[in-house]
Amino acid sequence: MLRIKPDQKQRVTLTVNGKLVSGYAQPRLLLTDFLRHEMGMYGTHVGCEHGVCGACTIIIDDVATRSCLRYAVQCDGLELRTVEGLAEPDGKLNTLQKAFNENGALQCGFCTAGILMSATKFLQDNPKPDRDEIKEMLSGHICRCTGYEQIVRAIFQASGQ
Amino acid sequence: MKPVAFEYCRPDTLEEVMELLTEFGGDASIISGGVSLGAMLNMRLVRPKALIDINHVLELGNVEFDDATAITGALVRQAAAQKMTSLMSGVPLLAMSLPWVGHYQTKSRGTLGGSVAHADPSAEIPLTLVTLGGSVTLRSPSGVREVAARDFFHGLLTTDRRPDELITALNWPLRRASTAYAFEEIAQRHGDFAITAVAAEATVAIDGTLANVSFGLGGVEDHPIVADTAEFIGRPATRDTAKEIAEVVADIVDPMVDLQANADYRRQLVRVLGSRVLSSAFNEASAVREAA
Repeated sequence: MLRIKPDQKQRVTLTVNGKLVSGYAQPRLLLTDFLRHEMGMYGTHVGCEHGVCGACTIIIDDVATRSCLRYAVQCDGLELRTVEGLAEPDGKLNTLQKAFNENGALQCGFCTAGILMSATKFLQDNPKPDRDEIKEMLSGHICRCTGYEQIVRAIFQASGQ
Repeated sequence: MKPVAFEYCRPDTLEEVMELLTEFGGDASIISGGVSLGAMLNMRLVRPKALIDINHVLELGNVEFDDATAITGALVRQAAAQKMTSLMSGVPLLAMSLPWVGHYQTKSRGTLGGSVAHADPSAEIPLTLVTLGGSVTLRSPSGVREVAARDFFHGLLTTDRRPDELITALNWPLRRASTAYAFEEIAQRHGDFAITAVAAEATVAIDGTLANVSFGLGGVEDHPIVADTAEFIGRPATRDTAKEIAEVVADIVDPMVDLQANADYRRQLVRVLGSRVLSSAFNEASAVREAA
């Protein structure tokens, strides 16, 4: 059994976008804050911090999920994918990101990192979704700029349909 | 917001969970998916001394069947349950209610047991368990007990679970002969908690009358309830009977009032959605009966 005292800093090592990284976390440190403040990876955004808005969604061990509802100490040894890992190594946007760009699927961009990660995993599970399936997946995100239509179009385009 | 400082405990076995519950009792919160508890922690609505993370207690992730029951371990995730065809065909009402639960990104982590432990009055999983007459298995350092779901939910976020108990499993009655099910709800946004959710189970006798009816209501009172429909047993399984039941029940319930809806609106939802699910279950059950 693992036990970590409230003020104890535990070493947490995890794989983020294929790279092994490590840092220290007290039990109450949210995974979002670990990524942003300990790892300096600001791609993952924090919106509501109670699992409703979807901005912090990342892929943990191949599951798209809220990173504000996880503690860093729970994730020792796990494999994470965040928005920083989407672009090609030379910095070129990947298919999904390009589709967002071409369809005007973002304006302020605050919700975008989370939506890109949800959509990445969603398209992996369901490579040829219909528009209703995309909308249902998107119901787990809040976007205050686009009205969602452009996002639906972008994900549909990225699926090659 | 950020949670208060707590000790993090990650047991690997049920015995270790029991040790921790003996040590901390009500000062600990048990976390599985964390979809509801995580939010409560971040908002400091709960301030535990210790967080007991049961995600490594693998035996809590099993699904088993006996002759009349599907037994789902506390850690079975909502998305995984939905993909399990034996469970979905064995417990059709759960297959009907799960699509209304949460979102793609929360169901991947949220568990069946966690939703029951959290006891939101409008949550679909507790309502389904109550409507079917299922039960909850609890384990404490002093032993194991099983509580009928209808006695388990006491009120808003309040259950029969004692501070030193862990929910280990949920027991779902399997589909019965000549029986059909229906589920519906109204929420502000698909996947959000329901303003009102209704569930129905109906069994039709050879002569086309009702042999059994269970009419469950979520989001109406402060915990999921099953309406008293005893006076309707033996009545024809028709649309008129469905409408009458929904109207009678809508007049007796004592609905909650919140920012989303007043009592009259919730009563009206019980009438409209109730008559719809009952009528659908009656029709379907009659069809199953005729085919048999």
